[in-house]
Amino acid sequence: MEIKKTSLNKLHQSNNAKFVEFAGYEMPIQYSKGIIEEHKFTRSHSGIFDVSHMGQLFIYGDESLTDELEKIFPLDLKNLKQNCSKYSFLMNKDAGIYDDLIITKIDQGYLIILNAACKNKDFEILSNLLGTKFKMNLDNSRSLIAIQGPKSAKILNSIINGVDQLNFMTGNWFDSDNQKLFITRSGYTGEDGFEISISNNKAEKFVENLIEKGAQLIGLGARDTLRLEAGLCLYGHELDINKTPVEANLRWAISKSRLSNGGFIGSKKIMNQMQDGASQVRVGIKPEGRLIAREKTKIFDDTENQIGEITSGTFGPSVNGPIAMGYVDKEFSKVDTKILLEVRGKKHPANVCALPFYKKNYVKGVN
Amino acid sequence: MSEVKFSKEHEWITLEGDVATIGITKHATEMLGDIVFTELPEKGSNVEKDGTAGVVESTKAASDVYTPVSGEVVDTNQAIVDDPSKINEDPEGSAWFFKLKMKDQSEMDSLMSKEEYDKFVKESAS
Repeated sequence: MEIKKTSLNKLHQSNNAKFVEFAGYEMPIQYSKGIIEEHKFTRSHSGIFDVSHMGQLFIYGDESLTDELEKIFPLDLKNLKQNCSKYSFLMNKDAGIYDDLIITKIDQGYLIILNAACKNKDFEILSNLLGTKFKMNLDNSRSLIAIQGPKSAKILNSIINGVDQLNFMTGNWFDSDNQKLFITRSGYTGEDGFEISISNNKAEKFVENLIEKGAQLIGLGARDTLRLEAGLCLYGHELDINKTPVEANLRWAISKSRLSNGGFIGSKKIMNQMQDGASQVRVGIKPEGRLIAREKTKIFDDTENQIGEITSGTFGPSVNGPIAMGYVDKEFSKVDTKILLEVRGKKHPANVCALPFYKKNYVKGVN
Repeated sequence: MSEVKFSKEHEWITLEGDVATIGITKHATEMLGDIVFTELPEKGSNVEKDGTAGVVESTKAASDVYTPVSGEVVDTNQAIVDDPSKINEDPEGSAWFFKLKMKDQSEMDSLMSKEEYDKFVKESAS
């Protein structure tokens, strides 16, 4: 299959991107400055991320759409206000996660942002569940640009006046350059920022404009170190079909009002696990010293029993040390529990720690 | 000091008397990206030509460091363990990895000159 390119591919090339294949797309892993510089620039200034490979699924329908979606997602969508977003999951009946996603209530429907590697399968699953009653469009004609970091609001507002009035996890349509952009105040770096849905043919010029105002392109390498420092899950690593939201320590994303009556796919398993706890849970892990424990590293207790496995591990540039996340047996999940990590045949000491590794700077109450 | 020689695994080596100093090339650091962790062989241990003699990790991945010649490890560079970013800054100078007391100096003969190495890098890129 031919590798797919986003509408910013030429711009990445002219900014000396190193490319990797990711979910069938040619994506920039880093630019000439490297992952650490890009990471730090995002934390201190403003980084631009091409996330156009992600799926933008628009679903339109009448009020019955909300009822149907509540049978799928563990969310209180009836009480979700227009232009408000929620983090959620598409699950199977055992609460195994097909994908994690952001769903936003828009005029006459919903916009769901899906992971690149999952989007086509998600579309198929949702089509089967929803039938033909609603209009569904996995929109390939739009790019998705994230701008993240403390200077992002000012930079974006200088191009699109009014975006700085958005609260965290809300969005709206804005006019710019004779077209409608859908902008949400959100992101996946632990910083204040925005995600902009824009027509493919306007994306390059728009990003060039952001660069002119002082933002810089950032690759997927730094996106990974940023999200890991922020304690955020990455599908295919922390989350997959064999993990449930409770095991992934994402109880907060399940609407409380949905837990008493259930009625969404996977609700039985979720309600049982909420009551009895899960046998393994996701935790933050800090290796002692500088050792990096990467994905698939085995975790042991002090009596040689394997108690879990690392799902992501790297060097955190802002933490200035190694960080990881993984799953451990419930009894080892308390903060400050001593564990051992097997790296290159030797066991190294580490500690279970609280998430996030890096404190967030989300903007909560503008209005 | 002898001229600098290079291996296909992207190590450089210089010889002074029977002691070889070994590090990784600038090209290797450019491929690796930001180096954030280094593990070096123990002083007093013996390493074999083309065997592993350490690890470097970048933000992206872990890679083995090989030794292009055999010998006993007589010194290691603690400065790059304490601050691995020095390897990106000065890979072919102050950021050497380890020093070996060589047994068989003829092992140097099969290694590449600077010119040959540059050509090798160019060819493997295309």
